[in-house]
Amino acid sequence: MRPEDRSYLDSHEWAKLDGDIVTIGITDFAVEQLGELVYLDLPDVGRTLDKGEAFGEVESVKAVSDVNSPVAGEVVETNNGLPDDLDALQNDSLNGGWLIKVKVTGADALDGLKNAAAYEEVVASES
Amino acid sequence: MPYIQNSDADREAMLAEVGVGSVRELFDSLPQDQLLDRDLAIDPGLNEDQLQRHLSKLGGKNLPAAGACFLGGGFYDHAWPALVDHLMQRSEFLTAYTPYQPECSQGTLQWIYEFQTMIADMCGCDVANASMYDGASAAAEAALMSMNATRRGKVVVSAGMHPHARATIETYLKHIDATVVVAPLQDGVTDWGDLVDDQTAAVMVQQPNYLGNVEAMAPVVELAKAVKAHSVASIYPVAMGLLKSPGEQGFDIVVGDGQSLGVPLGYGGPSFGFFASSQKAVRKLPGRLVGISEDTEGKRAFTLAFQTREQHIRREKATSNICTNNALIALRGCMHMAALGPEGLEEVACVSRQRALEMTSILEHAGFERAFPNTAFFNEVAFRADSEEQLLQFKNAMKQEGLFGVLPMGPDYPGMENIFTMACTERTLHDDLIRLGKIAASVLQQEVAR
Repeated sequence: MRPEDRSYLDSHEWAKLDGDIVTIGITDFAVEQLGELVYLDLPDVGRTLDKGEAFGEVESVKAVSDVNSPVAGEVVETNNGLPDDLDALQNDSLNGGWLIKVKVTGADALDGLKNAAAYEEVVASES
Repeated sequence: MPYIQNSDADREAMLAEVGVGSVRELFDSLPQDQLLDRDLAIDPGLNEDQLQRHLSKLGGKNLPAAGACFLGGGFYDHAWPALVDHLMQRSEFLTAYTPYQPECSQGTLQWIYEFQTMIADMCGCDVANASMYDGASAAAEAALMSMNATRRGKVVVSAGMHPHARATIETYLKHIDATVVVAPLQDGVTDWGDLVDDQTAAVMVQQPNYLGNVEAMAPVVELAKAVKAHSVASIYPVAMGLLKSPGEQGFDIVVGDGQSLGVPLGYGGPSFGFFASSQKAVRKLPGRLVGISEDTEGKRAFTLAFQTREQHIRREKATSNICTNNALIALRGCMHMAALGPEGLEEVACVSRQRALEMTSILEHAGFERAFPNTAFFNEVAFRADSEEQLLQFKNAMKQEGLFGVLPMGPDYPGMENIFTMACTERTLHDDLIRLGKIAASVLQQEVAR
């Protein structure tokens, strides 16, 4: 079971709320499916994202995937060193390999997302 | 490849399937004044010998640009070494096949890699792709890439860009959420005014511009940088023998048409386009890209690179729907550049410029004035006639003497009906210039006499 302190998207992103800041990353399952990562593209700080909008790209030796934002809000921070240290994303995507932090308005920012148990079913159906 | 004719019934079934009433209707989106709209006047049948003779007779009506050609406007009458014609016909190069398989395509991949390297050097950029269709489509792709990278929808294009390039950009952007704003000309060069703003994805300029004038490049980079837009330069490769490359000056994207690099005039095509940019933008580049790697034995090997950008991998998320290039014509460019080297290209530029200076003083002496005397030119110069009538008189007088030249600006620049451009290359002979001067003097004197 993956951490229960956060929410998940079917497209394998996670979102963790802390005050009005949501930290966003991709799951270990996404990383495993992609294989060896070669490139990561992150958005500029200050960009406004819609819920579900693609904000970055992860490229592996066999595929390239968009990364979608589970929430709407403004990008306030990105994991700057990560594009040059893809091992951190490869091995620790649920913690040190986070991608961006988004400032959201309203406590219902994570509404409509899946909890850890529901996400396990998504993973099970795709495994 | 077998040629299989469609029966009338086939044709009707296909038209019904796509919901179109007639074959003619399929061409409704084309400029209507370009359509012939009648059947070709072809006799029912000729035997082989009769057909040969008929076609030779028709071909005899062509006026090849074998005399002195002063026409420019994007295509220039440059020379190329004989080895280009000879080598490009080698069967190893004659393939329509994309070199997906590096294990059997090292030769093709290597020349493309070398082409990319030379183009990147010429543009002053980190990377260049494996070529594009032509200068116009390369410019349009630069607009798309800038929009993609900045996530903005406005493109500011200099009115000095080739009219075909501007039309192509407009066609590319017509059906997507984008606007093309044309920055007007002031005294023959671009006046950007306050058109570049924080909604601008790209600022696009041509060097030298369609009127032959040398544009100030540093301000374009500054304008773009200030609002985080891309600066895009379309260049005439030969001019790079004398002018500073846009890459060196900080441009984000450099494109252009490669005709002047060993490609015949050929009634305006085919040619090849080129596209260069920075290493950090490599994942946003359109088109094919060849990289260098190692094979399983540790030997140097060439291979297509960054294919995850392309539509056969990325489908609708591809950076561009260009997945081919004008390889054989680009190969001519590659051979031409390799044969001339940087020094040779510089020499071509110097001689072309020298001839243009000579032409200018001869035409000025005969009585024509430069249309934009306060701007610098490279090898193409805009002159002013007293009237459109005089311009045509001059053009026809030249044609009678076997000289080709006088490109009128009127059709593309309303208000410039009296203005025409003429270009020189290393092929322009001193004798041709003397003849040109005499023709100009006689045309202008007739005017005075009347």
